[in-house]
Amino acid sequence: MEAPTGAMQQKKGSRATAVPPPTPEGEEGGHMKTFIGKRALASAISLVGLVILVFFLSRLTGDPTNLYLPLDATTEMREQFRELHGFNDPLVVQFGRYVGALVRGDFGNSIRQARPAMEVVLEAFTWTLWLAAITMTLVTAAAIVIGSLAAFKVGGIFDRIATFFSLIGASAPDFWLAIVAIVIFAVNLHWLPTSGTGTALHWVLPVAVLFVRPFGLILQVVRGSMISVLGSAYVKTARAKGVRTRPIIFVHGLRNAMLPVITVIGDQAAAILNGAVVIETIFGFPGIGKLMIDSILLRDFSVVLAAIMVSALAIFIMNLLIDLAYAALDPRIRY
Amino acid sequence: MAEHLLEVRDLSVEFHTAAGTVKAVQNVSWHLDRGETLAILGESGSGKSVSASAVMNLIDMPPGRITSGRVLLNGRDMLAMTAEERRRINGARIAMIFQDPLAHLNPVYTVGWQIAEMVTTHGGAARDAQARALELLGRVGIPDPQAAMGRYPHQFSGGQRQRLMIAMALAMKPDILIADEPTTALDVTVQAQVLALLEELQQETGMGLLLITHDLGVVAEIADRVVVMNNGQIVETGLAAEVYRNPQHPYTRKLIDAAPGKGQMPQARDRSGAPLLRAENLHKHYGAFHALKGVGLTIMPGETVAVVGESGSGKSTLARAILRLDDPDSGSILYRGQDLMTMTPRQIFGLRRDLQMVFQDPTQSLNPRMTVFQLISEAWVIHRDILPKAQWKARVAELLVKVGLRPEHAARYPHQFSGGQRQRIAIARALAMEPKLIVCDEAVSALDVSIQAQVIALLDGLRREFGLSYLFIAHDLPVVRDFADRVIVMKSGQIVDEGPVREIFEAPGHPYTRALLAASLDPDPEVQAARRQARASQEERIPA
Repeated sequence: MEAPTGAMQQKKGSRATAVPPPTPEGEEGGHMKTFIGKRALASAISLVGLVILVFFLSRLTGDPTNLYLPLDATTEMREQFRELHGFNDPLVVQFGRYVGALVRGDFGNSIRQARPAMEVVLEAFTWTLWLAAITMTLVTAAAIVIGSLAAFKVGGIFDRIATFFSLIGASAPDFWLAIVAIVIFAVNLHWLPTSGTGTALHWVLPVAVLFVRPFGLILQVVRGSMISVLGSAYVKTARAKGVRTRPIIFVHGLRNAMLPVITVIGDQAAAILNGAVVIETIFGFPGIGKLMIDSILLRDFSVVLAAIMVSALAIFIMNLLIDLAYAALDPRIRY
Repeated sequence: MAEHLLEVRDLSVEFHTAAGTVKAVQNVSWHLDRGETLAILGESGSGKSVSASAVMNLIDMPPGRITSGRVLLNGRDMLAMTAEERRRINGARIAMIFQDPLAHLNPVYTVGWQIAEMVTTHGGAARDAQARALELLGRVGIPDPQAAMGRYPHQFSGGQRQRLMIAMALAMKPDILIADEPTTALDVTVQAQVLALLEELQQETGMGLLLITHDLGVVAEIADRVVVMNNGQIVETGLAAEVYRNPQHPYTRKLIDAAPGKGQMPQARDRSGAPLLRAENLHKHYGAFHALKGVGLTIMPGETVAVVGESGSGKSTLARAILRLDDPDSGSILYRGQDLMTMTPRQIFGLRRDLQMVFQDPTQSLNPRMTVFQLISEAWVIHRDILPKAQWKARVAELLVKVGLRPEHAARYPHQFSGGQRQRIAIARALAMEPKLIVCDEAVSALDVSIQAQVIALLDGLRREFGLSYLFIAHDLPVVRDFADRVIVMKSGQIVDEGPVREIFEAPGHPYTRALLAASLDPDPEVQAARRQARASQEERIPA
C-alpha cells in the first residue's frame, strides 16, 4: 500500500508484518483471576447483607422456646432454655455473638437436632446436589439432542411433536405432576416407592418430575437458538464445503447455539439447588429445600442461616461456572 | 455441442413466500470452462447469485423450487444427483467464497481447524489436513501462518479474512471457484490485492472462476466474459471488453452510463469570504486508540467537501465530531463564527436544525414503526418554530416530490420501500429541518449504481436549489469525483492530502492519494488492462 521507498526499507517492512502480534496469554490468565476475584468480592458483600437481613427477619418471627418445650414445662425450664440459647439477650448482642462465632468458623448448633448446624445443612445439601446434577444432566442431554434435531427441519413432524410436548412440559405445575405420578406409579401400579430414600428406585419419581419443566423450557431455547444459528452465514459456508449434516448441526451449529442455552441451564440448576421445596417435601426427600422449610417452621435459626449461606455460595459458583463456560465456548468473550 | 466444465441450462428457480411466488431466475443459461473467468453482473434483486446457489445446492427447498433446467458438471446433471453425491462435489470440485468473510467464518473455531476441516471432510487424514492448512495460509499471504493456525476469525483484518476464505476454498484444489461479491466489503487497496491473489491462484491451478458482482470495475479488472442479469433474466452476454464497448441491451447501457467517475469535474471555487463551518485541530480518543489526530477542515456556503479514506481512517469519527454527536476531546468547531465546542446544550439544540446528517444504512436509521409522514414531520415536532401544524401535510408532500417520491407515500412505513427510496426518505427528513449543512456519511455506498447516480443527482440539484453545503464522507473515489468541489484524504486519523477535486484526481500530490486512485477500479476493461500491464512492468523493474 505504501509507496516503495527503497528495497532495504521494504524488506524491513515485510519482516515487521511477519512478527506475530504479542500473544496476551499470560495477561489473559491474570485478567481471569482478577475477574473471579472481583466477582467473589461482590458476592461476599451481598452474602453479608443477606446474613444480616435473614438474621433479624427470622428473629422477628418470635422466640422458638415454646415450640421445643412440652406444654407443661415450667417457667423456670423455659427460662433456662432461653438462657441456654441466648434468646434473652438484646438482638444486637445475639447478632454480635453470632458473627463472632461465624468468624471462628462456627455456624452455631441446630436446636432441633442438637448438633452443628453446618453439619446438618451439608448433609442435606449433598442430597440436593445429587438430585440437581442427575436431573440437569439428563435434561441437558435430552434437550440439546431433541431441540437440535427439531430445529433442523422446522415445521417437520419431529419438530411439531417435540414442540408440543415441550410446551406441555414447560407449563405443567410440578406439584400436580408429582401427585399424579405418585398415584399412578406408586399407589396404583406399585412400581415405585412413594417417598423417602434408600434405593435407586427412590430417585426415579423425584428426578422424573423435576425433569419435566426445565426440559420443556431448555428444549425451546435450544430449538430457537439453533434455528437462528442454522440460518447463519457460517453454516452456509459449511454446506458449501460439503460438510455432512450431523457435523453441521452438532459441530458448527451447536457450539454457537449453546450460549443462550447455558444461561437457562444455569438458572434451572440454581432453582433446584436453591431447594426444590415442593418436590422434596412431597417425596420426603431429605434435601436442603425440605430442611429449610422444616427449620423455618421450627425457628431453628442457625440451620436457616447456614442453609441460606450454602445455597448462596452454590449459586455464586453456578454463575461463575456459566461465565467461564461462555468464555470457553466463545473465543470472542474474554474477561 | 462441446462439453463444458460447468454449464447451467435453462435454469428457472421460484421462491414461495407469503406474498406470493417470486420467480428468482428464469431460463438462465451460462457456461464456464477451465482457466476462464466468467462474471455474472447485476444489481440487487437481479437474481445474479441464484444460479450459483443452485450449483452449490444452497437453495432451501422449500421455499425455493427449481422449476426447470439442468446444471451440468462435465456433462453430468447435478440436479439429478443424490444429496450425498452433491455433498462430495461441494468443496472438493466446486468451492465458494462469499461477501462478508467475518459472518461466513465460524466464530468459535480456529482458522486452522476450519481450513483443515475442508480436507478431513473429503476424506483426508487429520495430519495431512493440518499441513495443507499451514501451506495454504502461507500461500494466500497470511503473516506467520504457524501462529495464524490457532487464531480465530475475529482476530484478523477484513482483507485477511477473505484470504482465509480463499485458502479454505482452495484446500481441495477445486476445478471451479465461485466468488460471490468477494471484495464488496473491502477497502479499495485491499480489493485490488484480493483480486490479484484470485487471478494469480487461477493461473497457478487452471481452475474456472465464476465471479458474482455488482461492480463494473471488478468485471473490468478480472473477467474474461460477462453475463448481465436484470430481473432474473440474462439480458446480455459476451466478452467483457466487447460488452463494455458495445452494449446491446438498454439495461446494460444504463448500467454502464450510471458508473460514476466520468462526469465533468467542477472548477475550483473562490474560497474567500466567511466560511460556513471551520473545524480546527480536532482530537478524539477511543480508549487508547487515537481516532483523530488534530484534524481541521473548512466548508464554504454552497460547497461540497468530500472526505475520503479507508476503513479506520477516522472519516466517520470526523463527521460525528463536527456535529457533536460524538464529542471530540479537544479542538474548535466554528459554525458561522460561533464555537460549537463551548456552547451549552440548549444553544446546540437551536443549531441542530442547521446541521443535518444522512447515514449509510437507511434501514437502520429510519424507525421501522413510524410512517414516512411521522418520520419527516418529527423535525417540526422537535423544532416547533419551523412550520405551523396545519401546513405539515402539504410540506411533507412537497418534500416527497422534491426527492422523487410521491405524496401518497407519506402513509407508508420504511419497509415498504426499496433501499434507494429509503435513502430518499432520509434525505427528505434532513431537508425538513431546512438545514444549511448536510453531512452524508457513506450515504450512497449501500445503493446500486443506477440508484446511486440518481441520489447523487438529487443531492446536487438540492444544493443548487437551496444553496446547501455538504460534507460528504465516502470510501468510493469515483462517486466523489462527480460530486465534490473539494476533497480531503484521510489516513490513520490524519489528513494526508487536500485540494480542489480536479487537483486531487488529475495531479495527486501525495503518494497515498496516488495509491488510492490506482487501486480504484475503472469500469472500462481496456483501461484496467493497461493499468495491469503498467503494474506488471513496474514489478519487473523492481528486482533489477
